[in-house]
Amino acid sequence: MIRSKPDEEEYWNSSKFSAFTFDDEDDEFSSLKESKRAVNSIRLLDDDDDEDEVEKVSWSGEPVGSISWSIKETASSTQSTIRDQGFPKIDTTPTLTKQGSGYSLSSLFKGRSKAGSYPSFSECLNEVSTRSFAPELRKPKSEYKDFVSDWTPEETVRRMRTGKAYSLETFRSLKDKLLLLDEAVCALDGNVITAVLIYLKKSLSKEIISRELMSREIALRHYIHYLKEVGEQKLLLDLLRSLGRTEDMALLQYREHLNIKDEVRRKDFLKSCVGLPFAPDDATHVQDHYTLLERQIIIEVNDKQVESKGQTDVFKKYPRKASILNMPIITTLYYSCFYHYGESEGTYSSPANIRQTFKISEKQYFLTALGARAKLKAWFDVDSLFTTKNWLGYTKKRSPIGFHRVVDILQKNNAPVQVLQEYLSLVEDTELRISLAQKHRCHDIIIDTYKDLKDRQQLIVYRGKVERGSPEDRKIEALLNNTQIRWKN
Amino acid sequence: MAHSSRRDAPEPPDFSLLKRLAKDQLIYLLEQLPGRKDLFIEADLMSPLDRIANVTALKQHEVDKLYKVEHKPIVSMCDQLCFLIRPRIQTVKWVADIVNADKAAGKFRRYKIIFSPRKFYVCETILEEQGVYGDVSTDEWDFYLLPLDDDIISLELPEFFRDTFLEGDQRWMTTAGSALHLLHSLYGPFSKAYGIGRSAKMTYALWRELVEEGEQRARKPDIGTVFLIDRDVDFVTPLCSQVVYEGLVDDIFRIKCGSAEFGPDVTSSDKSVKVMLNSQDKVFNEIRNEHFSNVFGFLSQKARNLQTAYDKRKGMDIKQMKTFVSEELKGLKQEHRLLSLHIGASESMMKKKTKQDFQELLKTEHSLLEGFEIRECIAYVEEHINRQVSMIDSLRLLCLLSLTENGLLPKDYRSLKAQYLQSYGIEHLLTFANLRQLGLLVEQQPGETLTVMESKVGKLVNDKTAGKLTDAFSSLAKKSNFRALSKRLALVPKSGEEYDLRIPRDMAYIFSGAYIPLSCRLIEQVLERDGWTGLEEVTRMLNGNEFAVTAGNSGSESRLKTDAQRIILVMFLGGCSYSEISALRFLGRERGFKFIVVTTAILNSARMLEAMLDSHV
Repeated sequence: MIRSKPDEEEYWNSSKFSAFTFDDEDDEFSSLKESKRAVNSIRLLDDDDDEDEVEKVSWSGEPVGSISWSIKETASSTQSTIRDQGFPKIDTTPTLTKQGSGYSLSSLFKGRSKAGSYPSFSECLNEVSTRSFAPELRKPKSEYKDFVSDWTPEETVRRMRTGKAYSLETFRSLKDKLLLLDEAVCALDGNVITAVLIYLKKSLSKEIISRELMSREIALRHYIHYLKEVGEQKLLLDLLRSLGRTEDMALLQYREHLNIKDEVRRKDFLKSCVGLPFAPDDATHVQDHYTLLERQIIIEVNDKQVESKGQTDVFKKYPRKASILNMPIITTLYYSCFYHYGESEGTYSSPANIRQTFKISEKQYFLTALGARAKLKAWFDVDSLFTTKNWLGYTKKRSPIGFHRVVDILQKNNAPVQVLQEYLSLVEDTELRISLAQKHRCHDIIIDTYKDLKDRQQLIVYRGKVERGSPEDRKIEALLNNTQIRWKN
Repeated sequence: MAHSSRRDAPEPPDFSLLKRLAKDQLIYLLEQLPGRKDLFIEADLMSPLDRIANVTALKQHEVDKLYKVEHKPIVSMCDQLCFLIRPRIQTVKWVADIVNADKAAGKFRRYKIIFSPRKFYVCETILEEQGVYGDVSTDEWDFYLLPLDDDIISLELPEFFRDTFLEGDQRWMTTAGSALHLLHSLYGPFSKAYGIGRSAKMTYALWRELVEEGEQRARKPDIGTVFLIDRDVDFVTPLCSQVVYEGLVDDIFRIKCGSAEFGPDVTSSDKSVKVMLNSQDKVFNEIRNEHFSNVFGFLSQKARNLQTAYDKRKGMDIKQMKTFVSEELKGLKQEHRLLSLHIGASESMMKKKTKQDFQELLKTEHSLLEGFEIRECIAYVEEHINRQVSMIDSLRLLCLLSLTENGLLPKDYRSLKAQYLQSYGIEHLLTFANLRQLGLLVEQQPGETLTVMESKVGKLVNDKTAGKLTDAFSSLAKKSNFRALSKRLALVPKSGEEYDLRIPRDMAYIFSGAYIPLSCRLIEQVLERDGWTGLEEVTRMLNGNEFAVTAGNSGSESRLKTDAQRIILVMFLGGCSYSEISALRFLGRERGFKFIVVTTAILNSARMLEAMLDSHV
């Protein structure tokens, strides 16, 4: 597996890395393999307890015993509610909204009693603050006191963020609502922004919301995301439309097809998408999507029937692994090259028809057809795929993709050496040809190439690599003894 | 192959305390629902939970059965149900359905939802709408800092990335601010803060707010400096193929919460094993930051040493054998197991990479980074798409192309997009729309329109009336400016020089010497300059939002390079890759710093791009 020399050298010279190749089989990789063998062959006297230890490694933490021990400690700890000052505001507001709405008085008291059993984190910290708990107790009271009063937008947002009781119902004028929204945006907390938006959605008409959000990009994005998440598709479409974001609207609507499982309904839905205001290119793609699914449904029905009758060879020999529905265009083309090769252009399932309908490039077509026919080992088809006749009637092999690629694809489909050799010989770059031939062990190609290059030295070197007395060996010998050849070295 | 440090980097503080805090709080919350209860856990909370508590611990707090949240009807006989979930609408709806089904069946139970790391107002409105508000009690488990290793702390919030940068939802900012504040309280006070990016700025503001509201205990700081950075400052780095061992393992086996599952091809048996990959694994610890090409040699050497160590027992007498068994054997066996595991992993990765023509892929990536032979790169990407090779890899190459070239030429964009849709499905129209929104894959605007657009946007952006920042426009105008940045910051080392990956000379080694990660370079530069002075041009190209703040009360003494000052907390908002962590470790060794990486999640190209797909709904 030696890579092409020119290719590689050019690369290493143009950029500056030491030559390490991932597919370099010699040196380090083979030494690695040796090491592996060595390591695996090391056997111990007592090999029994190996298994469990892997499991133990997976527990990165402390030994199991100590964990459960520490939990017991925590659980039985009764020295409650000592807060550490180094911990401000992180989880120390267990009073109100954690229990629920914050609107009910009982939750206030519930909250308080729970605060009383807040566990101690003190063992975890080096120092324990001795701050008294009293101020904490006073807090809910004050909250209760001004519960009914009107809070400013700042105060309301602050309370929302800290999880305290608040009321949005007092924000009734549009001005107040917007002040509240702007305040939420200033506070940076997305959760609060969305919360305010949910309130606005309930209390403002969608026209007003859309008008006001137009100049509030951050709030708008939160609103769009919220509507997306809760699946308010219709409202979202209206919003985008009123904002003039028609392309987003079209895409959003198109997205719905993913939720439709039944292929006929999906097809009909795609049809309804065709006229949507997409960007010009996207409109074509959506049209293609509809056409594709329509054809796939036809092909699927037909092929299912043919397959079940069991009369057609190709379906018998290579039963279909999955349905063709909802597969990409190229997969459909491959399928058609596999099961429907040679059909006339008039049928929906023929490769020619698919190629034309979806404007598949020549290169793409060749790659796909080659892959499909090679998979079927239809070497004759492969051959005719590349054969062209010129006006004098001579045949010539021509390919829109490099022949080295052709070789690669053939080889991946386990093509026999004779087939490989035919295409190898068409690889123009001699160095590339040799390296590929070496990779795929096509001795004839290598020998012929050296002969063509009149490279006696390389031929001699190569002779060392083939088996003594093999046909290759004899071929090289014959060449080396041939006095007709004018070697360059 | 440990690198020799220029200066002794200080030891990182002990973060196990964070686990302890999280666990204690969870147990406290469970105790709020006394008696036997079944616990339903959100799938992506399971691994994080595993890292801090175990089943025994839960059982001790009267958790009867454990279930994974699967959004299906449940079978539970228990009369108390507890749900430990992320604040997601879908999950809350599912809980509401359960409650309503019970009601319909006349079954009485108690329900409690514990949201982690916080609850959202939206979730409560769902409960309200479904008529179960009040039937279900809710609580919050502030579990937002999971130490994955000595120097990595994760918020385990992969959704931060999409929510923040694609949707423009700031719901996680408070969490980021609180996380920073917790670290500040436990390991601070920080005396210096640097940052760049909109989220970085918001996180900073929210953190400061918490600091001002609370009281800071006077303590000697363990960590003196923080650096906050938004992921959208540098999209290029996480999109590159990783070639450092840890990153490569993540790309191929997907490290989840610090643990990887190695299949039978690695273990050479019929079993898979889950392995923790962290500094406790002595073998892994020595190779994690190495370029993959160095790993073979190292492992081979290790194998030889191991053989020698085992061989010692030949010819021992009974007494010596006894000592050997009691003192050395266990360690040797441990090493033996780890060694064969990592050799197996290396071998398996090698095979996979060879199969996908990794060399050629890397060559293309490097050319893109260098801005060299772009037409050839496009041809390569096109063929990649045509052959329907990995959908994500094709997308990754397209994004790299767009980011490094400041967008694709309209005709290239159209043609590549069309081919992509043909190969991988037309529904990826939605993916392309998302990528455009994020600025990851865009079409170059014709010159004139852009300038008009930009001046318009510039005006809007400067209009700083309360909350009216029009940042959607800024994403439209967001050019990556990669080439210019690369030049100014010397991200691509000069060609023609030999780069010895065994002895790395700069952070570029993590990408085979081809590229110094932009994110890490910025951190290096700012630390070196003690601020952004001299980097004005750079920050302008990165859309600004940079800041550098020194704590007000600190006298001149704090300017001295104390140990705490040399322990630097880098917070990645939107995730970072293992390669970036390796680069920072290298930088730390070179400069005598110790970097602690706090990240919203560990990111790699696949995770980043998968977050952009809409088709998985």
